[in-house]
Amino acid sequence: MIFSKEPLLKVMGMTKYFGDRVGCRDISFELWPGEVLGIVGESGSGKTTLLNTLSYHLEPTRGIILYWSEQQGLVDLGQLSESQIRYLMRTEWGMVRQNPREGLRMRVSAGANIGERLMALGVRHYGRIRKEVQKWLERVEIDTDRANDLPETFSGGMLQRLQIARNLVTQPRLVLMDEPTGGLDVSVQARLLDLLRALVAEFNLSLIVVTHDLAVVRLLTHRLLVMRHGEIVESGLTDQLLDDPHHPYTQLLVSSVIQV
Amino acid sequence: MRGPLKLQPKMKSKSVPLQEGYNFAYLDEGTKRMIRRTLLKAIAIPGHQIPFGSREMPLPLGWGTGGIQITAALIGPDDILKVIDQGADDTTNAISIKKLFVKTTGVQITERTEKATLIQTRHRIPETPLKEGQVIIYQVPIPEPLRFLEPREPETRKMHALADYGLMYVKLYEDISTHGRIATAFMYPVLVHHRYIASPSPIPRFDNPKMDRMPALQLFGAGREKRIYAIPPYTTVKSLDFEDYPFEIEKWDQQCALCGSRESYLDEIIKDDQGGRLFVCSDTDYCQQRREKGKNASPSEVVAMKAVRRKKGDETT
Amino acid sequence: METRLQAEDIQKTFILYLQGGKKLNVLKRVYLTLGAGECVALTGPSGIGKSTFLRVLYANYKPDSGRVLVFHRGQWINTVEADPYHILDVRRYTIGYVSQFLRVIPRVPALDIVAEPLQRLGLSPDESRLQAQDLLRRLNIPESLWEVSPTTFSGGEQQRINLARSLIYPYSILLLDEPTASLDEKNRAVVIQLIREAVARGTAIVGVFHDREVRETLATREFDVSTEGTE
Ligand SMILES: Nc1ncnc2c1ncn2[C@@H]1O[C@H](COP(=O)(O)OP(=O)(O)O)[C@@H](O)[C@H]1O
Ligand SMILES: [Mg+2]
Ligand SMILES: [Zn+2]
Repeated sequence: MIFSKEPLLKVMGMTKYFGDRVGCRDISFELWPGEVLGIVGESGSGKTTLLNTLSYHLEPTRGIILYWSEQQGLVDLGQLSESQIRYLMRTEWGMVRQNPREGLRMRVSAGANIGERLMALGVRHYGRIRKEVQKWLERVEIDTDRANDLPETFSGGMLQRLQIARNLVTQPRLVLMDEPTGGLDVSVQARLLDLLRALVAEFNLSLIVVTHDLAVVRLLTHRLLVMRHGEIVESGLTDQLLDDPHHPYTQLLVSSVIQV
Repeated sequence: MRGPLKLQPKMKSKSVPLQEGYNFAYLDEGTKRMIRRTLLKAIAIPGHQIPFGSREMPLPLGWGTGGIQITAALIGPDDILKVIDQGADDTTNAISIKKLFVKTTGVQITERTEKATLIQTRHRIPETPLKEGQVIIYQVPIPEPLRFLEPREPETRKMHALADYGLMYVKLYEDISTHGRIATAFMYPVLVHHRYIASPSPIPRFDNPKMDRMPALQLFGAGREKRIYAIPPYTTVKSLDFEDYPFEIEKWDQQCALCGSRESYLDEIIKDDQGGRLFVCSDTDYCQQRREKGKNASPSEVVAMKAVRRKKGDETT
Repeated sequence: METRLQAEDIQKTFILYLQGGKKLNVLKRVYLTLGAGECVALTGPSGIGKSTFLRVLYANYKPDSGRVLVFHRGQWINTVEADPYHILDVRRYTIGYVSQFLRVIPRVPALDIVAEPLQRLGLSPDESRLQAQDLLRRLNIPESLWEVSPTTFSGGEQQRINLARSLIYPYSILLLDEPTASLDEKNRAVVIQLIREAVARGTAIVGVFHDREVRETLATREFDVSTEGTE
């Protein structure tokens, strides 16, 4: 990790209401380059809403999201136009969905899934796109022979790795992941975690990972937010929160799983 | 733009005995005005799809009701109308449409491309280059070129709004990956005026270059999907491609069996019960004119061709 | 003697909400100043709070009050208040910690686990692995195990992997919780030797050494964490 003087992301008082229902409320945190932030909490506690609001897939009701963009310097996401947000999302940000069917285009080949972001950025040379496709398939440990296959024919673990490749091809600086290991076998999970750790180190990538799996939290994340009823109940250094939880809810969460 | 843009029908005093009980060109004047307003908007934003209140027409959907409504909204008694279907003036579809307009407007019909003021077409652009002052009206079944890859309409609309077109190239990428070349033969997507990606309707990609900087006004109507779009005269129209896989049109080793043309788009047809095949121009008017100028073909072959083509015209869109 | 670490007025209470909010007041106003080349042995009966204190120094536990000042990359930083990003930087460059248990990522071979701290600091993978090999050899980990994940290792082997991870880089502060507990005579001697070398280099050490002989060999002084200090 290269030590940075500035955070990558600063979230202040971010709040999202659905009507008068709380999606997430008063979310504040910082994320630094190369840092992995975990978000845990029971289902319905606002984790996915937080990701969607953060990436402006949903408009926050209140709050400020500052992002230190590589190309544009410090930006306030709330001040960007929709097309600027989209541009940011396909260049410097990435999003890995819990359900790969939402994060991938199931009707086109694996290679096309990886190449799409490049094409969206104006790369118009098939040979160059193809080379990147090969490189990224290899990087996420998918046989390059599968480049022309539809994702439909892939296993769950491969689909998640393909989603990761699809996002990383433009070398984003921040990737949001919603339960990336959910529904996978333990050994497949371990392999994915391994890959993520390597990618984080290699690209000084920042991740925000929503998960309910404390093993994933322990092995992958540096910083942790514990959420309940849409709010952060406790946050801090991951091992500190897991080994010395202060909030009653965090203590419950940590105790209710087998020691990780 | 040079020639005057003809959007107001030329209404002269000359009255024609028309089908009773119907307004001129079938549609009521209010509907026509609505369509003309939509057309003006479409021309102002080249390649951008504009919704319109598509009406019932006395022909089934899929028979080009979008194009027919545009023609009906524009046509005046002095217009000269040409209707083609896959290049032919004499298919069932083309004949039905012509009948409708003859009955309801009494306008003059022509097969000669250069004589027509309005050309309504399904699946082809005439080989004879179009001129200033002419209007070509395409019948469009699926106006949204991104549909195949992104079925969600709000999402495709957003892609157009933000010129977020990576997805369109995904289709070409897939072609090259599976076929080693861009295999899309019809409805080959185009970028209009460096801004909007549009479907050229199901014309062969052979015709795409004709759209680029065409002196005539190009109008597109999708009846079922209630969309209109337009390409004003002399607008840049680029067929999408990759640097290392540039856009190319189809080529034939054969020449037209009737007129000998090596430049026109050829249809392959079965000549006889023995399965003999030959190639002829898909544009019947172009072929006819070349033959009149003394190129090739025996009368008996012409008769055979007509029969075959009429049969082919029985299919709808 | 240059000061490396200063703990001031450390109090630590655990509130166990799952046990009806039971309070355990473990550390009461602990003060400790640690200098380069010192090896401080924490003393006191089991359960008195030695491991807790070490974990507070490592910022693994958060005290109720007090400061832990660490001399890190030319500056003093209070890890009780610092942002996680800065705490992790302190752990990368300044403080090594050897817990009683090894916690590793499944699938990663022993050699890479040991080499990782160097790689994190930017050393090439090859060079990092070379240094890891030297250390594993000194710690008598058979070469046949280098490419195997330590999840299946014996207690003693795991402990040596843990030690190797902290000894591979010359941290200026080392926190050792029973580093020789499950080692045999021969390996204990190796570890003692490695720790002595570190102290000789000027590393400041705080440790819990259950074994009296080990303690007497290594410690430059003893410290009772139950002393309520005003140091
Ligand atoms: N994470 C924790 N949560 C709650 N209580 C703890 C925790 N860690 C240690 N304790 C308690 O603090 C006290 C001191 O334990 P410890 O520091 O392990 O003592 P020592 O290392 O001196 O044997 C014990 O009562 C222990 O149960
Ligand atoms: Mg202990
Ligand atoms: Zn011909």
